[in-house]
Amino acid sequence: MTIIIDRTRERPATPGPVSVAGRQRDKAKPKGLYKARVPIYPKLVHGRWRWIKWALLIVMLAIYYITPWIRWDRPGGLPDQAVLVDFAGGRFYFFMIQLWPQEVYFITGLLVAAALSLFLVTALFGRLWCGYACPQTVWTDLYIYIERMFEGDRNARMRLDAAPMSFNKLWRKAGKHAVWIGVAFGTGGAWIFYFHDAPDLIRTFWIGTAPMTAYVSCAILTFTTYVFAGHMREQVCTYMCPWPRIQGAMLDEQSFQVTYRYDRGEPRGPHKKADSWDDRGDCIDCNQCVVVCPTGIDIRDGAQLECINCGLCIDACNEVMEKVGRPRGLIAYDTDAAVAARSCGQKPDHRLIRPRTLYYALALTLVAGLMVWGFSTREQLSAHALRDRNPAYIQLSDGAVRNGYTLKIANRGFETATVELRYAGIPGATLRIPGQPAANPLRVELEPNRITPLRVFVTTPADQVGEGSRDAAFEIRLDGETTRVPTAFDYGSQPQ
Amino acid sequence: MSENERDEHSGVETTGHEWDGIKELDNPLPRWWLWIFYACIAWSIVYWILMPAWPGLNGYTPGLLKQSDRADVVSELSALRAQRGRGEALLVSASLQQIEADPELQAHALAVGQSVFGDNCASCHGAGGGGAPGYPNLRDDVWLWGGSLAEIEHTLRVGIRSAHPETQMSQMPAFGREGMLDGGQVSDLTEYVLALSGREADPAAVGRAQQLYADNCAACHAPTGVGDRTLGAPNLTDREWLYGGDRDSIRAQIHNGRNGVMPSWEGRFSPAVIKALAVYVHVNAGGEASAASEAAAP
Repeated sequence: MTIIIDRTRERPATPGPVSVAGRQRDKAKPKGLYKARVPIYPKLVHGRWRWIKWALLIVMLAIYYITPWIRWDRPGGLPDQAVLVDFAGGRFYFFMIQLWPQEVYFITGLLVAAALSLFLVTALFGRLWCGYACPQTVWTDLYIYIERMFEGDRNARMRLDAAPMSFNKLWRKAGKHAVWIGVAFGTGGAWIFYFHDAPDLIRTFWIGTAPMTAYVSCAILTFTTYVFAGHMREQVCTYMCPWPRIQGAMLDEQSFQVTYRYDRGEPRGPHKKADSWDDRGDCIDCNQCVVVCPTGIDIRDGAQLECINCGLCIDACNEVMEKVGRPRGLIAYDTDAAVAARSCGQKPDHRLIRPRTLYYALALTLVAGLMVWGFSTREQLSAHALRDRNPAYIQLSDGAVRNGYTLKIANRGFETATVELRYAGIPGATLRIPGQPAANPLRVELEPNRITPLRVFVTTPADQVGEGSRDAAFEIRLDGETTRVPTAFDYGSQPQ
Repeated sequence: MSENERDEHSGVETTGHEWDGIKELDNPLPRWWLWIFYACIAWSIVYWILMPAWPGLNGYTPGLLKQSDRADVVSELSALRAQRGRGEALLVSASLQQIEADPELQAHALAVGQSVFGDNCASCHGAGGGGAPGYPNLRDDVWLWGGSLAEIEHTLRVGIRSAHPETQMSQMPAFGREGMLDGGQVSDLTEYVLALSGREADPAAVGRAQQLYADNCAACHAPTGVGDRTLGAPNLTDREWLYGGDRDSIRAQIHNGRNGVMPSWEGRFSPAVIKALAVYVHVNAGGEASAASEAAAP
């Protein structure tokens, strides 16, 4: 069922000469391991997919630019930015969620879930991510839009590039690059707001007192945006991005992809108004699908690595089909299996539920479920007990034995928590924090949103002293919930 | 210079050198290597101008950037002093109780105390303050000269049997060695001390030692043997023994009367560091309350 299309490019028949003299001999011939870039001048197209792409472009740019400016009330001196990666404070804020660096596994889970959803979506509907949501696609689209504003559509741009330098060419080119750089700066500039209080940073950025990291990050992103979206464009997808190379593993003949229905289109050829449509395909070889393609390929060659599945060729072809009075959908989101079935005169069947999609959906549900479970059982408190090693135990004057601990209790809540600290597992043990009377349990106040270190001493009275080391635990009780911190109590070796 | 021979296979000139029939081709250096080499030369000139480079008769060329590791160290040290100054000022102005009660100040004092303790106190008292025979354990509840914050700070300041004019001084006589008591009397007193701490002792010897203890020991160790902190006299009824608690060790101590020495740290540490050290020792010993608050909370 696989269609093999020979797209082999011209290649030297023999491997290149290896000797120096041979190399010098061959200097006259064109050489190089890399194919020179063929400039691409994508033509503007109108239609459903182009409309969806514009809408998504606006939505996604809006999300990107507006998000850091959303405020979210948080108690105390905490930042009131809804989405903030606060490196200085060691916190990640996302609306009502606040993550500590120790909980980075939630981010890992989120990334794994994102990867699995990408797998699932790709198996079902092909490279939707590449075509509509990838920043490279979105910004390239925006840059081409700007280019079109200054230099006109495809034919005008080609003429301008071929023309000798003139004032007209100069100002158009200069204007385009200026706006490009402006957009790039806006991109890099918006990025840094995710890492610092936005209203504060936008002020300090211009008066030169913002952190150096802000300026450097902004400069790097300005540079990459300008280069990637302005100059490299489809080369990022074709040569740099690993995803086009991986995604083939998720696709099969039942995946919806931008597909040229060769069963309908072939044999292709020019068509004149009076000509009959009998004994020929619907493709009139007008090349419109090629000229609108942002990666400069011919979709009629079949699914290929360079195709980002943006659907612009669908719009272009539909426009032509309407003009020549043939049904739309010669190029459409379709599956290889369906096209093959139709070419054999069978009725195509689309199967969205397949082992592959089931596996991906199952894995995604599993990871998402784990995340939800992790979040819902996330405790406000977590604690570690470091037992003193030197000395491991202290014998007191009345024969009692004392062990020292440094107890670190993290209170993730936004309010002071008054907890009951109990020492369990050792008979008769009492707790004492220096400067306070001994008791078991102790009442301890934990400051909000921070780790409270406590020096805690546990004493076993002389008449209950045992031998060696015994398992014990600190129990921290808050509103009926108990956090258990396992540790040990060392009775030491007793004299006499 | 004569034309060197050319290699038939590659058409490249040889260098004219030959080793056992192997000839070296005179290929040019790789272009990328050559450019890096030139760039390094160019950079070295920039470096000469920017950085200290050339020695002169009385000094060296300082370079445009005026880079100096020595100046860096000086400025870093002064920054460190300024940084410490803030913490030290807080330590100086706050009382010992305030330092211990405030979590942030306490953490600062503990950090300072730990490093000072490791450098100065650990050699006798042990890295963890656990002590050794003859060197008091600073982690337990036995304090010869008092275990409250103020008492610990005082001991740190004036030392014990030190050269400080206000030093804490007490003297356990070497009863046996100096001939104040004979061997039998020392043995009897040993039995008496064992009995004081609730252990098995020869009743006859304890009876004989009653008067000996009252005459020789009770003045410092108190008639009941509980000792006296104002005199630095250890409690003989508990289970902690500075010089060992078994029969032989007790006899040796009565015979020899050893007395340890602790230097005075006043003048060697700033008052702030002494405070931090006092808080460090106090907190890590479980934080004995002062006499007043101890009475308030039984």
